[in-house]
Amino acid sequence: MAVTQAANKRAGSPSAPGRIQLERRSAPALDETEAVFDVENAEVFYGHFRAVRDVNLKIYKNQITAFIGPSGCGKTTMLRTFNRMHDVIPGARVAGKIHFHDVDLYGPEVSATEVRRRIGMVFQKPNPFPKSIYDNISFGPRVNGVSNKAELDTIVEKSLRSAALWDEVKDRLRNSALGLSGGQQQRLCIARTIAVEPEVVLMDEPCSALDPIATARIEELMRELKSRFTIVIVTHNMQQAARVSDRTAFFTAELDSKNDQRTGILVEYDVTAKMFSNPSDERTENYITGRFG
Amino acid sequence: MIDLRGKSAHADRAFRWVAVGAAALVLLVLGLIAVVMTDKARPVLAEMGLDFFTSTRWSAPDVLYGALPFIWGTLYTAAIALAIAVPVSLGVALFVTQIAPRWLKKPLVYMIDLVAVVPSVVFGLWGVLVLSQHFGLGRSFLTAGIILAVMITPIITSLAREVIETTPASEKEAALALGATRWEMIGATVLPHSKGGLVGAVMLGLGRALGETIAAALVIGSALGQITTNPFAPGNSMPAVIANEWGEADDMHKSALIALAVTLFIITIVVNLIATSIVQRSMRRSRGKV
Repeated sequence: MAVTQAANKRAGSPSAPGRIQLERRSAPALDETEAVFDVENAEVFYGHFRAVRDVNLKIYKNQITAFIGPSGCGKTTMLRTFNRMHDVIPGARVAGKIHFHDVDLYGPEVSATEVRRRIGMVFQKPNPFPKSIYDNISFGPRVNGVSNKAELDTIVEKSLRSAALWDEVKDRLRNSALGLSGGQQQRLCIARTIAVEPEVVLMDEPCSALDPIATARIEELMRELKSRFTIVIVTHNMQQAARVSDRTAFFTAELDSKNDQRTGILVEYDVTAKMFSNPSDERTENYITGRFG
Repeated sequence: MIDLRGKSAHADRAFRWVAVGAAALVLLVLGLIAVVMTDKARPVLAEMGLDFFTSTRWSAPDVLYGALPFIWGTLYTAAIALAIAVPVSLGVALFVTQIAPRWLKKPLVYMIDLVAVVPSVVFGLWGVLVLSQHFGLGRSFLTAGIILAVMITPIITSLAREVIETTPASEKEAALALGATRWEMIGATVLPHSKGGLVGAVMLGLGRALGETIAAALVIGSALGQITTNPFAPGNSMPAVIANEWGEADDMHKSALIALAVTLFIITIVVNLIATSIVQRSMRRSRGKV
């Protein structure tokens, strides 16, 4: 198979020029913690188009897992299978095994709303509701049954503190969330997501609309949050994956000879430090050194 | 010297004048209508004074023109129409945009739009045959209200559908991703987002209900002087009176009918202004200060 050949081929180039410099981290603790998601042979279809195939991976608890890869490689598509966001797209279908702790996420008795309550999502573009800051944060707890005002107040403050936004907005909780800057809006969206106390936070290119300073703050926040949440992040930015993630999955798109469609596949999945210094697959190597993508 | 004069902008200038001209023409027509109508309405207002709006007696032979029953009839039938049409339209619009499978969506939209082009006289006759006679509702406020509701439902549905479709998918996804059900998502994002447009849609429907002439004239009952909340009582509405009486009206009578038209015009404008201000205030409150 192509994978093993590639693995053999690349053994002779120990330090290709242009490789991303990894920041030195104190011994990355990478035990295989409890698996939160267990994915086997997952496929996603949009109508007759197969967007991703043959994905096999495990997402580990309290770690940050990054999905990287070129555009159209299915990384966002894969991310959205984890909280059943494909349900709202007509014609989208997920096949294969996607287990959340030992439960089939797509089992007949599983409620998508309950799944999304436990597995939150932060989107590419900050998407606060056109409501006040307070109402943005309290929306999630409210639809999940919290109606006590004092309790909501506590949740709002705690969530905003966790998202490092409290000090900036505590005096204007009743103001519109749309008056915040892009970076603040994205942190608000993170606060809104963690307000419902999910177990997993999915992030779909959360910094792609932000400037470098706002990006740095979000990354710092992610490192803080991973002690409480399991985080899966899709990113176009390889440096970002290298900076924040514990594990990295590299996806790419491959032409399917049968029907001439480009389908996303998972090329390699490993500890981030290894992915960026000594990947096993030549395609990963080419991508992270900037030779394609 | 460098020539920076560029392309000739004649076409731009011509377009500009055509656009300005068209806009001015609309205002001119509207102004002329207001001026001419008010002018023609003056004799009856001089004769009746404010009694025109408060008196309940309308009798051409006695030169008594009290428009209150017709104002009442117009508002009451329109209110019945809205009470029926708004929930139905909103429900249909939400169904088509949020719930209906793709294959059902197009034919459904097409059929709803088709109802909008049925001439009002057809609705009126259908009302006489089916509602008045077959269902025994007679000619009454309720019959007129139902007919008006059927007539304005497609308009409100059509506009509501388009407004609702403009809700950003990102906001809807945000709500769903927090564990909201489809209904909670609609309540939190779709409805607040579309509120202004929805009120606009209802206002257009209301405008049509207030002004509808022939269908109302056929089923409302043409009773004089009825001011009652009994929906089964016959009554009359301003446009229906105008249509029914214009043919044999003398000068003062004509003036009275024109005054009715002016009143209708003013009511429509006032209703619109009130609705706009309600929407703006509620939007400001729900969005918070920017």
